[in-house]
Amino acid sequence: MKNIAVVEKGWIGGGNTGRNTTIIRSNYLWDASAGLYNHALKIWEGLSQELNYNVMFSQRGVMNLAHNLQDVRDLKRRTHANRLNGIDAEYLNTEEVKKFCPIINTSPDIRYPVLGGTLQRRAGTARHDAVAWGYARGADEMGVDIIQNCEVKAIKRNGDSVKGLETTKGFIKTNKIGVVAAGHSSVIANMAGLKLPLESKPLQALVSEPVKPIIDTVVMSNAVHAYVSQSDKGELVIGAGTDDYISYSQKGSHDIVEGTLNAILELYPIFSRMRMLRQWGGIVDICPDASPIISKTSIKGLYFNCGWGTGGFKATPGSGDLFAHTIANDEPHELNAAFNINRFVSGDLVDEHGAAAVAH
Amino acid sequence: MSKNLRVKSSKFIDETYRVSFKFNGSRYYGYKGDTLASALLANDIHLVGRSFKYHRPRGIMTSGSEEPNVIVQLHNNSDRTEPNVRATEIEIYEGLEASSQNCWPSVNFDIGGINNLLSPLLPAGFYYKTFMWPASFWEKYEYFIRKSAGLGKSPTTPDPDIYEHEYIHCDVLIVGAGISGIIAAKTAAKNGLKTLLVDEKPNLGGSTIYQNSEHFKINNQNSGSWLEKEINEIKKIDNLDIRIRTSVAAFHGYNFLLARENLTDHLPIEQRKNKTRQKLLKIRAKKVITATGSLERPLIFDNNDRPGILLSSAIKRYADLFGVACGEKNIFLTNNDSAYETAISLIQKGIKVEAIVDNREEIESKLLYEVEKNNVKVFKGFTIVNTNGYKKINKVSLMKLSKDGQKVIGSKINLSCDCLGVSGGWTPAVHLFTQSGGKLKFREEDQVFIPNKYSSEQISIGACNGDLTLEDIIENTPKYLKEFLNIKKTDYDNVEVFSSENKSKRNIWLLPSDKILGKTKSFVDYQNDATAKDIKLALREGFRSIEHVKRYTTTGMGTDQGKLGNMHALGIISETAGTKMGEHGTTTFRPPYTPLTFGTIVGRNVGEYFDIFRKTPMHEWHLKNKAEFENVGQWKRAWYYPKNNENMFEAVQRESKAARENAGILDASTLGKIDIQGTDASEFLNRVYTNAWSKLAVGKCRYGLMLNEDGMVYDDGVTTRLGENHYIMTTTTGGAANVLGKLEDYLQTEWPELDVYLTSVTDHFATISVCGPNSKKIISNVIPDLDLSDENFPHMSFKNTKIGKVNCRVMRISFTGEHSYEINIQANYANSVWEKCMEVGKDFNITPYGTETMHLLRAEKGFIIVGQDTDATMTPIDLQMDWIVSKKKYDFIGKRSLYRSDTIKDDRKQLVGLLTDNPNEILEEGAQIVADVNKSPIEMLGHVTSSYYSPNLKKSIALGVVRGGKNMMGKKLIIPMENKTINVTVADPVFLDKENKRLNA
Amino acid sequence: MFIINCPFCGEREQSEFKAGGEAHIERPKQPTELSDDEWAEYLFMRKNIKGIQFERWNHIHGCRKWFNMVRDTSNDEIKAIYKMGEKPPVK
Repeated sequence: MKNIAVVEKGWIGGGNTGRNTTIIRSNYLWDASAGLYNHALKIWEGLSQELNYNVMFSQRGVMNLAHNLQDVRDLKRRTHANRLNGIDAEYLNTEEVKKFCPIINTSPDIRYPVLGGTLQRRAGTARHDAVAWGYARGADEMGVDIIQNCEVKAIKRNGDSVKGLETTKGFIKTNKIGVVAAGHSSVIANMAGLKLPLESKPLQALVSEPVKPIIDTVVMSNAVHAYVSQSDKGELVIGAGTDDYISYSQKGSHDIVEGTLNAILELYPIFSRMRMLRQWGGIVDICPDASPIISKTSIKGLYFNCGWGTGGFKATPGSGDLFAHTIANDEPHELNAAFNINRFVSGDLVDEHGAAAVAH
Repeated sequence: MSKNLRVKSSKFIDETYRVSFKFNGSRYYGYKGDTLASALLANDIHLVGRSFKYHRPRGIMTSGSEEPNVIVQLHNNSDRTEPNVRATEIEIYEGLEASSQNCWPSVNFDIGGINNLLSPLLPAGFYYKTFMWPASFWEKYEYFIRKSAGLGKSPTTPDPDIYEHEYIHCDVLIVGAGISGIIAAKTAAKNGLKTLLVDEKPNLGGSTIYQNSEHFKINNQNSGSWLEKEINEIKKIDNLDIRIRTSVAAFHGYNFLLARENLTDHLPIEQRKNKTRQKLLKIRAKKVITATGSLERPLIFDNNDRPGILLSSAIKRYADLFGVACGEKNIFLTNNDSAYETAISLIQKGIKVEAIVDNREEIESKLLYEVEKNNVKVFKGFTIVNTNGYKKINKVSLMKLSKDGQKVIGSKINLSCDCLGVSGGWTPAVHLFTQSGGKLKFREEDQVFIPNKYSSEQISIGACNGDLTLEDIIENTPKYLKEFLNIKKTDYDNVEVFSSENKSKRNIWLLPSDKILGKTKSFVDYQNDATAKDIKLALREGFRSIEHVKRYTTTGMGTDQGKLGNMHALGIISETAGTKMGEHGTTTFRPPYTPLTFGTIVGRNVGEYFDIFRKTPMHEWHLKNKAEFENVGQWKRAWYYPKNNENMFEAVQRESKAARENAGILDASTLGKIDIQGTDASEFLNRVYTNAWSKLAVGKCRYGLMLNEDGMVYDDGVTTRLGENHYIMTTTTGGAANVLGKLEDYLQTEWPELDVYLTSVTDHFATISVCGPNSKKIISNVIPDLDLSDENFPHMSFKNTKIGKVNCRVMRISFTGEHSYEINIQANYANSVWEKCMEVGKDFNITPYGTETMHLLRAEKGFIIVGQDTDATMTPIDLQMDWIVSKKKYDFIGKRSLYRSDTIKDDRKQLVGLLTDNPNEILEEGAQIVADVNKSPIEMLGHVTSSYYSPNLKKSIALGVVRGGKNMMGKKLIIPMENKTINVTVADPVFLDKENKRLNA
Repeated sequence: MFIINCPFCGEREQSEFKAGGEAHIERPKQPTELSDDEWAEYLFMRKNIKGIQFERWNHIHGCRKWFNMVRDTSNDEIKAIYKMGEKPPVK
């Protein structure tokens, strides 16, 4: 395709790209997700060279911890599924967890002891801003117009087809619009008279003051909600959970941050004297099945790439690639076919909440 | 031996109390009341740290929390070690040990300093353009980058200190106890308002308290003395709570603020034991008055970062408050009157001021005249173009500014000095205001952002509101307070104020140099080594937004979060881009204002208080009987009871056999219990469960399955009809709260016409389950009056009865497939009934069993566990439980979803039994199930959900979900493990007693 | 964190409450009559409004009552609170 413009309300990378905790992994449960995220991971592995811009993709591994017996079952299930899908995955027992990340408190006496974990060694982190800037430079060189500080005010339709965009900088005529507006996806959809199966909620993150290397991998824990890694600059990068209410304020409640740090100190008591340097919030668009939408819509020429919830950054190169394919061909690629919007009608959801951890 | 620069005793320092401390291994002395920075300066030490990127020598620059340079590690290698502590904030105490960070081998000789020479190769964003080739090398480069980054060292042992939270609800919170904060506090408190005043410093009064000069008077007294009296007065007010060493970290919506009160960091270590180190104050204030003052701006010129270059206001504070001279030959560079005030303070104390270099050309100022009277040379319309001195400044070079301030002209004048004070004017500290959602406006006259629109019941007063002079503060503050607090008058309505200060200012964001920009190092962010050149480079590379520039150059991303340099960054951007200030936005001031200790945020919620744990009335008994426990939600459940060094497998085998051969007893108290009453209770159950409830007779029990509206299994349990309009529902242990919430939701919002009331009684009743062939004999001994005959008390029924004098409910229901009773009794009697069962049961070989055995026994019967055998993708049809889905009922929660195009498919994953070819092989729960391992990619049909070795069947059994499994009975499938494959056969999930004979045995 | 004026208990901290999403989405009276599309509309599709939103809250750690709230989701300002079944006080 030629004659492409990117319209951005603020500044590029200023939304969730610049606010996320930069974790990259592909160890998802279902085949469809595995295909999607692994496609992205493969692109990540050569992205700096492809863009000639160092995105600092660092494969320092991502470990997911289990804290109860159902966690163990779920993580083993995921490990087996990953292995058969060609995604590197290892199940670690408690001793192996400790060996891989010695600063975790693996004592059996803590409230929710670490019972094991999984490890994806190819997973890791990247420098979020660099990804946005590297792609922007690449796109710019290929003739894409990047228009910042330009807010979309309306989507013009001609019957069931799109006709163009009304923006704060004027009208843009086009017959194809791809929307990648993350937390604001519904706002754009509503302009076109569409409703999406999304709720936009606050998600918060924080960093500590920088210190010398102390944790050399990414550790995530769902049951004791905390995940942490250390940036190249030395800051501990810590992700919190979402609030339960809809909000576009880019602020969340302090309880969430406090709960996250409770969990961090439960697993890493050595961090008690570390200090929070900066804390912020973003808006995440959450799908009922915790999987994204990369799909055509009932309006011809209008496409959505949304619903990434708390985990879109890791898929960036893959989702962009597949979304481009979908827009260019007006057909999904086989890797994103399952992520169509119609699955909410048929019931063929891609539930990545993990097995519901309900105990009996 | 270093010099002593303590020049004059100060009433704020206790010179009778000498304190010894160590810095970089050497012993020094200071006085009680000193900060580490003031004590070091008194010992003539300026060089304290190295910068982040170039490892340039850096000295003390400020006297407060905005300090970018002097951050130290405290008590290295001890359990109280702490990285990145600002020497300007930490008060010294006997035994304090601090060391420089980010330098090796020492702050005086730092090998990383080589980066300074390499700096032409390390411009902003250089990381993004290098280290890419060969691709595989990034991780090797990264290793070195990571090692050289980071500032201090993380502690490596748990924290010995304790932290607390305190909730404060007040009418008025005042942040900052400078002159305007004190005025506000007295006014609010005297009007009967419950008032809280906090200040980050250990003493009240801000910078006015040490303003002791004839040039600043209030009611004809020196402003400092006047304020001191006010402070003494407010300390006596009852409804005014004053917290010092308390820094507000965050100002959230709805006037919710977080503050850190520091209680022990200034005490010698041995005095800290058993004391709370820091408190997190969670403040809800009806009204907030922000009086956070202002921060002095540095000036941006070549080599503006050498040790010995300080903010003018810091030099004043060190002299007036701590009695310390920062140098013996002082020069100032200024664009406003503030530096003159400092110079006068120094002159009063006999500290030599060599010269003042003023950007302003024409100055009408009484302060200037006084300085000139004291033979200080003032260079008007000049600026400094360079400084010399590697580890400490020793020379400055000045040149004349051109008319437009864009160039320097004439010849260079060199002056020697050992200290340079800079003053670029003042920046209102609007951080908290913007955090709260307030919107700023830009004031052209003096180039500052000030509050414009408030987002809640709050005001900013004093310097943080742009009232930067004593006159403006005294004149405006009472006015603002009256309006905000809705009062008629204040004590300050007729206060007379006199000030010699002239407000004029010549603001030049980037001072010109005789060198081209590329050859200068004019630092904007000291800690991160971001220079004016870097900012211009970012603009050249196309970055426009302040956020982009900030991220690309890392300006404002250090531990000081750009408190000093952000304004200059903005200024340089708009000057370069030719736009108006504020047009590119201001960077977002994110919480916290100053870094906040994780431990403080967490408070007491650590260790055993991390999460509450729920225990059953029999918990002590389980402990005494050596149970191992399993976490189920917040509950601790007895998992198994190992005897004689049994491992889990052996214990579970024994317990499982005993339950089927004699009798077993299980503590089932954790199951959720919801009491349901009302004339529409039956109809309500009809709507929430998949099966029909209207015809259930009083006294009978029924198993129910509950779906989500999306048709997927949500919860299950047995519900008993206690009376015509009275049921008790049991839920899964982990699901109890959510089920209650969901039922209330439907009841209150969708079906308000139903007369139904729900009450959680999970904690009120304990449940003891006794099963096995001997269960009847045991229960007949425990409850002799109860007729246990099958006719009177058949399976799936219940009886109200008494044990002794205590009422209880006995249900004859079974999750094991055995003849079985569940005693539900008021929780406080439960343990004695349990012990009675054990005592009576002795003769019948009763065996306590835990959750693991329960899981095994139910799997033998093919009973599902919601959450283990189901995930959020299983319908009751998938579970082969079609029998429980009423075809007759018009509607129930989730019914419609069962008929969607995908949910009606025949080849969905369905629950089946799995038997291994080798009966001794036990499958791994979570293992995937395939039909053909040679297919690529391997198609996964499903996975193993439950798997055990059954001692009763003497073979391994498993449950799993398999695509199209319903029609695969007897089919061979494969479990591909990492190093082998296991052959299995699809079987009926009911492995034992398909005819349910044991229920009545 | 918000202060929420529970219509039954008065002003309380947000941490006592649970949000329940968009309000006034009535559960269809005759689900079986609906097409898959119509059912999906009820089940999943949301306006997810930026701006004035009518939504449900539950005083879960208090009286357990559900009620409605009008809130500006762009800045989290609560405009009004009303009981279930009552008419929205502002439009």
